Order: sequence, then C-alpha cells, then structure tokens
Amino acid sequence: MTEAAPVLEVRGISKRFPGVLANDNINLTLRKGQVLGLLGENGAGKSTLMNMIYGLYKPDEGEILVNGQAVDIAGPKDAIELGIGMVHQHFQLVDVLTVTENVMLGNESVSGPFLRRDRARREILELSGDYGLDVNPDALIADLPVGVQQRVEIIKALYRHADILILDEPTAVLTPQETRGLFKIMRTLLEKGVSIIFISHKLKEVLEICDDVVVLRRGKVAGHADPGRSTEASLASLMVGRDVILEVEKAAAAPGDEILNIVNLHVHDDRGLPAVEGVNLGLQRGEILGIAGVQGNGQTELVEALTGMRPVDEGRFYIKGEDMTSSSPRRVTEKGVGHVPEDRQRDGLVAGFTVMHNLVLCSYYRDAFSNTIVVDDRAIAANAHQLVEQYDVRPPIINNPAGGLSGGNQQKVIVAREFSRGVDLLVASQPTRGLDVGSIEFIHKQIIRMRDEGAGILLVSSELDEVLSLSDRVAVMFEGQIIDILPVEEADKDTVGLRMAGVRDDVQIESAG
Amino acid sequence: MRTSSKPKTSSRPSFKLTRIRIIAIVLLLLGAFIFFQAGGIDGDLVTTLTFQTTSAGEPPSVGNIDVPTSPYLRVIGLLFVVAGSLNLAELRAPRPRRASLGLMVLCGVLFIPTVIIAAAAGNETNMTTIVAESLRLATPLAIGAMAGIWCERAGVVNIAIEGMMLFAACFGFTTLFYLRNTGLPLETAQLLAVVVAVLSGGLIALLHGWLSITFRTDQIVSGTVINILAVGVTSFVRREYLLSTEAGAAKLGNISIPILSDLPVIGEAIFTNQPIFFMMFVMLALTHIVMFYTRWGLRTRAVGEHPHAADTLGINVNRTRWTNVWISGMVAGLAGAWFSLEATGSFNDGMTRGAGFIALAAMIFGKWTPIGAFGAALLFGFSDSLGIRLQMVGVGFPVQFLQMVPYAVTLVVLAGFIGRASPPKAVGTPYVKE
Repeated sequence: MTEAAPVLEVRGISKRFPGVLANDNINLTLRKGQVLGLLGENGAGKSTLMNMIYGLYKPDEGEILVNGQAVDIAGPKDAIELGIGMVHQHFQLVDVLTVTENVMLGNESVSGPFLRRDRARREILELSGDYGLDVNPDALIADLPVGVQQRVEIIKALYRHADILILDEPTAVLTPQETRGLFKIMRTLLEKGVSIIFISHKLKEVLEICDDVVVLRRGKVAGHADPGRSTEASLASLMVGRDVILEVEKAAAAPGDEILNIVNLHVHDDRGLPAVEGVNLGLQRGEILGIAGVQGNGQTELVEALTGMRPVDEGRFYIKGEDMTSSSPRRVTEKGVGHVPEDRQRDGLVAGFTVMHNLVLCSYYRDAFSNTIVVDDRAIAANAHQLVEQYDVRPPIINNPAGGLSGGNQQKVIVAREFSRGVDLLVASQPTRGLDVGSIEFIHKQIIRMRDEGAGILLVSSELDEVLSLSDRVAVMFEGQIIDILPVEEADKDTVGLRMAGVRDDVQIESAG
Repeated sequence: MRTSSKPKTSSRPSFKLTRIRIIAIVLLLLGAFIFFQAGGIDGDLVTTLTFQTTSAGEPPSVGNIDVPTSPYLRVIGLLFVVAGSLNLAELRAPRPRRASLGLMVLCGVLFIPTVIIAAAAGNETNMTTIVAESLRLATPLAIGAMAGIWCERAGVVNIAIEGMMLFAACFGFTTLFYLRNTGLPLETAQLLAVVVAVLSGGLIALLHGWLSITFRTDQIVSGTVINILAVGVTSFVRREYLLSTEAGAAKLGNISIPILSDLPVIGEAIFTNQPIFFMMFVMLALTHIVMFYTRWGLRTRAVGEHPHAADTLGINVNRTRWTNVWISGMVAGLAGAWFSLEATGSFNDGMTRGAGFIALAAMIFGKWTPIGAFGAALLFGFSDSLGIRLQMVGVGFPVQFLQMVPYAVTLVVLAGFIGRASPPKAVGTPYVKE
C-alpha cells in the first residue's frame, strides 16, 4: 500500500491552560485524501489541539507543518489561507442571517462596497451540487435543523477552498439518519482530494470511516490504531485506559406500582401543529420504558409536556396517581421527577452560571442549600465537589461557568444534578448524546441502579442500540402516536426499525409466542 | 343543583386570550367610546382640514375638506366596533382571516386623523403644517436613532446618544460663535460649525469605545458616565465662554431642492428646508444601504449577533466595533448640531431635553432597522407637533392627553402586530477571545 503524502503534520505540540496541561507533546500526521480519526474522552484535549491548528489558540511548544512547510498560524485568517477549514462542535453560524450571508461572511464577493449575493449564491449552489450538500441558500439559519446547519458549515469551508477539513464531533448532534448522510458527503469530499480530521468518541463511526486513528488520553497521545485491525473494545480500552464493558449488564426487571399513566395525550408543537396525537402509556416502578423513533415524531413534545414545559391540549397524565396535567415544572420536580432534557444548552443549564450553581438548579431553595433568604454557598460547593468527583466532570473546577465545559461534560453536570436528587420517575431524553464510552458506561449503570432501587424510567433516545440494550419494554413512536409496545426480548433491530418507519402490523414478528 | 361554572371536561381547547384578541377587545371598547362621545358633540360642528403652505401671504390652497365632526366620529366608532367584533367572533379559527385583520389595521391608520378631527371640532386645522412640523421635529430623533443603529448593530449599547448630542450642540455652537466675527462668510462658518459638531460627537464616541471595548466597562455605565459628563462640561463651557455676551447666531439657512420644491403645497412646506433636515433622509438611506447591502454592514451585523463566529472567519471583532461606535458618535453629533445650529441658533444648558433617549426608544420601536426607527421617530415628531397645534387651536382639556394618543396607538400596534423586539444577540457583551 502506497502512503499518500502528508498534508498536515503536528510535531511536539503542547498547550497549557491555568491549572491544566491540555496538550502534552502531541504528534500526528494527516495524509492526502484520508480520514484521520481523533479519538478521546470528553476533555482529553481534542478540541484544544484542533483550535491550535485553526489558529484560535497559540501552542506553547511544537510546530505545525502544512504540505511539508512549517507554518505559523496566528489566527483563523492564516488557517483559512493555508486551506484549513473547521466545523466547530458548536456551530459558528449567525442565526438571523441567511445561508448565503453566513457562507460569504468574511470572504464576501463584492463589487465596490456592495455585496454580490447572487454570485455567492451561485457558488453555493455549485458546491452543493458537486458534493451532494443539499441546502437552500436563501433560508435563514434559525429555521434550519442541525443536520442542515452542519452542511452549511461544510460549505463555508469549501467556499474558502479548504482541502484540510477538521470536523469537531460532527455526529454528536446528528440522528443516525443524518450521520449516514454526513458519511456520504465525507466520502465525496475524499474522492475530490480533501483530507479530513474526524473527531469523535463514537467507536463504531470511527472504525467505519477512518483510515488511521490517533487516540488521546488526558492530553497525551495514548496510541495509534489501525481501523482494519481494531475492535470497538480495543479502541475503548485505549481511550479510557482500562477495559470498558460495552454491553449493558442488568438483571431482569421487577416492575412494581404504576408511577406514570398517560391517557390520550394531545400536545402541539412550536408552530401550533399537533405533535403528540393521543398517546397512551403506562410505566411501572422498577422498569425502563424506552421510546424509540426517528426524531421529530413527537418525542420532544411528549417529554416537554410530561415535565411541565409545554401545555397539554387534551388528555391527562398521572404521576403516582395524581393528575399532573399542565403543572408547573417546579411542581413536577417536587413530585420526584428528574428530567434530562434533549437540548442541554437550552433547557439543561444556565451557561453563565458556575458548575456548582448549575448543580442545584432545581433544589437551591430547599433547606439543605438555603435558609429561605440567602443561599448557602458553602453547602452548594460541598455538594458540587462531591458530584463533580463522582460523575468525573472535567476540569473539576466548580467555579467555572458551565457554558465553558465541553459538550460531554455539560451533559455530565445535568446528569449528576438529576440523578443525585433521589427521584422516583426519570424522564431522560438522549441522556448519553455526545458522551464518550467511559461516560456512557457510567450513565447506563446509574440508570439501571435507579431502576433497581425502584424508580420508573422513561428513556427517549434516537440511538436504537441504546434503547434496545437498556429498556425492559420498547415503545415505538411514529407521527405523534405510539404504534407498538414490545417487551425487549421481542424487539429486535429489524422489527423496531420497521415500526420506526411507520410499518404497523403487516409484518409478522418471528418469536416463540 | 346546577352551578354556573364552566364544565371542566370540555374537549375543545378553551378560549385563549391571544394578542389579536386583546387588540380586538381594545378596538371594541374604543369604538364604543368614540361612538357615544360623538353623541355629545354639537351635530352642526364641522372640522375643516386645510392644505396650505406654511408661509403666510398668498395661500394657494389646494382645497379644504369639511368634515362634519359628529357623523364622522359615529362612523369611525362603528367601524372600530365592527372590526373588533369580527376579529373576536372568529373563535374557531386559530387566527382571524386576512380580511378582518386588514380592517383592524385600517382602524389603526384612521385613528390619527380621527384624533385631529375630534380635537379640532368646529375649527380649521392645517394638515400641511402638521405634516411638515412632524417631520421637522422628528429630525434629531431620526438621526439619533440612526446613530443608535450603527452602534448597537455592532453589539455595543449606546445610551450615550443624549450626551453625544449635547456635546456636539455645544461645541458646534461655540465654533460658530467664535468664527462669526472673523470675517469668514456666514455659510462657511456654519459649515465648519457643523463639522466640529460631528467630529466632537465622534470624539466622545471614542471615549465610549475606549471604556466599553478596550476596558470592557459595562456599556450602560460607560454611556451614563458620558451623559453626566456632557451636562457638566457643556454648562461649564456656556458659563465661561458663551454667557458673557448674550449669545445668539444665525440659524442654518433654507435650501430648496430643485424641481421638487416647485411642487404645489408640499414643495414649500417640505422641499424648502434646512440642511440637517435633508440630512435626515440621507442618513436614513445611507444607514439602510450600508447595513443591508454592503460588506461592512454584513460584518457589523455578524459581530453584533455572534462575534465568535465572525472571529472564526478572520473578522476583527473589536476593530469592527470601534469603527461603528465612532461612526455612531458622528451621526449623533449631526443630530446634536440640529439643536444649536439649525433649530435655535443658540446654546442652552441641557437643550437636547432627552431627545437622545427618545431616539433610542425610536430605534427599539423600529426593531433596530433604519426604516422602522424612522417611522417611530416620525410618530414621536407627530406627537410633538400635534401638541403645539392643539394648543393653538385651543381644546377644552389638557393637551398632554391628546399628545399621549400616538404613543398609546404605538403600544397597541407594537404589542399586537409586530410582536417582541429582539435586539442584536451580542449587544452589551464585550468580546473576549478565549
């Protein structure tokens, strides 16, 4: 096998932040037309490294070579000129501008001082045709789903003639369908000679798309792996530094009293259209009910209605036998309901608050943390220290604003808050989205522990693997309705997949009935 | 026994008090009020709307409209009631149909002439003057609002427009005061005075930029500092240098726009006017074009919305902000020059009388868009001129109540039809590179 020429080399790069050595003597090589996977836990230093390549941070030591030449990248402008493009984990798009305006920003096609939107628009359409990046150049960013926003980010890089593309956790926010689409786009890019650095902690994806894998652990290169000869388990142990159990181990469920009962629930979405159309569900203590379904079939609205964040149009639901329809979120919380929201940035955290205050967002008023007039910061800090340690939030500094944490660590803060409150009903929406294997393993164990202690768990996830491995029963949601409920033993991937696509009863399930 | 309470198990969604319905109720009540008030007005009273030029002497009147006050008000009252009930009646539809919405908008538009007609019952009132005066009084507000847009679109709050105006009014006039006896032609001296006013606004803006961008002081605090500083410094300057002689100087002279000024009625009322008045329209066009059609405007808006995104594309966030704050100060300076050089030809302590804040309100009413802000400024100008007019006509109750009317209309219109104003997202937050 002939080795393609290296287009980007990183040699001996180190970066220190106050109190943390984020990158320690890192070396890596990206070859032309290949995908280099960069694997590591949350907070292992992947984003820091990429931000240095893109000129957002300055390395303390080491050098970067582009096409064999040592370069000094002082800012994003230099990086762009060297043909480096980056799709950030949190998209860098201006909501109120159109796709065209976002793409051309900073690199506008103009005549005189005036913008030539038409020219940029034509170029975007060309790129979108060439690379299969389907977007409407006139749409406002705010109106686009994340999958499309990501395509806009890729077009932004291509518009600047990038031939080295850094994708920082591109699949963390995508549904499985969108991920398939992204991979297709990546393959087209590779054919056209673009080289890609793919950051992820989803082992399956890394094995599927990468030509070479570098694993980071706590700021250092923990090793290289050849995707052809690696397994998920070997990558996971390289990443975490110990063996990781990828299979969920759990005892049989011991369902108890009914804790949640939903009767003919109707809920509308933000546009006022019906999203949940007559859902009936029951959940017992000591049981995990998974809701599978392609995103956008009413799961979001169902969860928001149950947690008091969205008004109910029709129908009722009962928690512990009490009618909680259209209650306030506070009342739902007080009833012993924990909620891990789908959009952690919007509904899960106050980004400007410190980690320690985020950890008491739904209990700060209780006696443990306040004396009715002032909050007791000492107790809050003690609580935070314990949880940060227990849930392995990195960096473990409780006075940092939560918004400054990486996505996975933000999720850990939310999970720590909700799981530690002693809840009887947990509504968890995409609880492991954006997390690395080590953290996923931990959260899965916690969910099962809560189940075994007698809590009822409603798990909504677009990761079919997660639903199937955790749940005791699987409900499939399609177009606002629950179209099937199966015990997990009867729910194989194919059956559930068909149900998710809306196929109801015309396929016989092969099982020992 | 039956209770009168609503059955709770109804499956239909209950009646919701949406925004449109609130307006409909307001309209309904207002219409009823007008209708019954009209009954109290002498049936023979007539309001005469004239369209004359402002200059006395030869009035080439285009024609007068005689409006019988009481019947007119009854019709309008009925129209309001009909529009209100139509919109209320459509309970089942999630939102009312377009036709009845249009009727409500028509009611809103008709409201302002209705106020004039009702207030001037039995008298003559000159519509041309009201329009021309509204525009004239809107000048500093509209230009001030443009200043606000330049600054805030880039993500920097500017509550210092008031202070910048006051500085500019003071230094502009001081320049004219000292130049008037140097033998320079008056026009040149006046031009220089305006330039100094503009530049001094820009200079104060640099202070704002220095505090709020370089040192990341809270932008509201920085602006307040400038406003307080302006009051002190300008009154000191007046006492020390302007008070000795009873200071007064010639106002900026009129300019006639060729062709347009030959139009009947409005030609003289609007197109023969003072220079800063015309600059209002220039600033409006310029601000709109720069913000929405140029590279600079695109970058400005990006910096004001999502500075980090702009940074990742190689745009220098703080330099963009600096420049915009500076331009904003110069525009505010032009508005300041209106007070001392165009409107009065003198300088008084605190002569801007809060116009900078009203300009800011106009900017917010206009949702940070030049055209919207201009509309809002016109409304404020109209309210002022209405007050003056009605005082001259002599209505039977405090003029201030009628002056409130346009604002009340604005509130209802804003709350009802336009909805929440959303400022540029990054406004007020200094940009820190991580």
